[in-house]
Amino acid sequence: MGKIFERLYNGILKENPTFVLILGMCPTLAVTTSAINGLGMGLTTMVVLILSNMLISMLRKIIPDGVRIPAFIVVIASFVTVVELLLEGYLPSLYKSLGLYIPLIVVNCIILGRAEAYASKNNVILSLFDGLGMGLGFTIALTLIGSIRELLGTGAVFGYRVLPAAYEPLTIFILAPGAFFVLAFLIAIMNAINIKRGKPTGKGGNCDQLCAECSNRSCAGRNLLVTKEDK
Amino acid sequence: MTIVSDMMNVSVTPHIRSKESTGRIMLLVIIALLPATGFGIYQFGYQAAILIAVSIATTVLTEFLYEKIMKMPVTVGDLSAIVTGLLLALNLPVSVPWWMAVIGGVFAILVVKMFFGGIGQNFMNPALGGRCFLVICFTARMTTFTLDGVTTATPLAMLKAGEDVNTWDMVIGKIPGTIGETSAIAIMVGAIFLILFDVIDMRIPFTYLLTFVIFIGLFGPNGWDPYYLTAQLAGGGLMLGAFFMATDYATSPITPLGKIIFGIILGLLTGIFRVFSSSAEGVSYAIVISNLLVPLIERFTIPKCFGKGGENR
Repeated sequence: MGKIFERLYNGILKENPTFVLILGMCPTLAVTTSAINGLGMGLTTMVVLILSNMLISMLRKIIPDGVRIPAFIVVIASFVTVVELLLEGYLPSLYKSLGLYIPLIVVNCIILGRAEAYASKNNVILSLFDGLGMGLGFTIALTLIGSIRELLGTGAVFGYRVLPAAYEPLTIFILAPGAFFVLAFLIAIMNAINIKRGKPTGKGGNCDQLCAECSNRSCAGRNLLVTKEDK
Repeated sequence: MTIVSDMMNVSVTPHIRSKESTGRIMLLVIIALLPATGFGIYQFGYQAAILIAVSIATTVLTEFLYEKIMKMPVTVGDLSAIVTGLLLALNLPVSVPWWMAVIGGVFAILVVKMFFGGIGQNFMNPALGGRCFLVICFTARMTTFTLDGVTTATPLAMLKAGEDVNTWDMVIGKIPGTIGETSAIAIMVGAIFLILFDVIDMRIPFTYLLTFVIFIGLFGPNGWDPYYLTAQLAGGGLMLGAFFMATDYATSPITPLGKIIFGIILGLLTGIFRVFSSSAEGVSYAIVISNLLVPLIERFTIPKCFGKGGENR
């Protein structure tokens, strides 16, 4: 159980794909013009992520190492096609507003990244919850960005008018620059929280992780591995 | 830590000391802007004065509060925030409500200036950044111009539509427009003052205006008609932009050749926007886009040190 919750916590907060790993920026910036678009994109990606994580985890001992990336892509693309046809059939309005970005989920680096980094090395249950955690983190981030952009850009959230009629919408927030502004502010807030919360991993000079793979933003290279040769 | 100590190294004496300071330069710019400001208030009335006051108060207060909250040294005393606020107000139509000046001022100082490290670190002119933000947010309000309480088209829009304009009115400033851009004469008085006191370099504004005139002469609808060219020069924010905003120290190249290239790019972009785009005016976007090219221009125009190796021929 502990490991399952650790996966969820990891996906939503510690390694949030949008705010901490900064992955999957294309849908994050392009489709979050409204809260409902952000939520729809996040949930669609989450479904694909969970299914692909599970299948890749099941097949992890069968897929030869040399062709694993093409194999992952085939798995992901199949699920994206399934989800795309389902959306077109049952949620045509969402399908229309997300448009091109649904087939582009195939090349979303969060999904491929989790397949490579987690699902191909861990069992099915943990991979499922890893996909759920990462998907929830992505969904929450996109919904948040979409809500803020919709609120400032039109005065409404999920189509319901929140701000008084006297509020004149700042149109720039539903245009492309607004996506960058909102994302930058949210990442800054997230970094401020993580830096306050994060403790250095050691007393300095004894961290054995590579900085490029490390998610401890507060460290900033201070706990760099110092090998005996350096001393 | 070697990188930092290399940068902090000071060469051996003797050193040249200068009495020049940011505060003095900014004060001279404010004085140079007074004719245009005065003419704006005279022409558009007390509402213009209110907008200017609100804008300056916002920029100064934003810079002060941000530096207090972030526990940085307070740099309000160098007057640069006042220049930003004044320039922003001079770039607003008189009919906009006061809260738009507040939004523009906060965006200019907070996002364009302070987030990138404060004075000297901003990547684009803060006042123009604020103006572009407002133009995208409130396009209708920012392009509605009134003169004597009547909403009319700007001379540039009339030129674009192929109508006749009174060129003399455009030179002295009896035309609708933003608060500070209407009078070419008032702006020229300030510009001559700045050039005499050696605050701005003539290379940028003159290559800018020259390139622009050549471009309009070659590609404009009326060829080399002097009245048309004068109207294009005096209309819109070209004069204000060329002398007061394109010459901003932080966002223009420091190399002499770079300044000339910068001016040519500005002239070309403004000409393209005015002749080929759907809108009549394009000075602010031209300056903002050119600001982004400055690091590139500087990289390719660094002068060679004397004695530090010649060209390989």
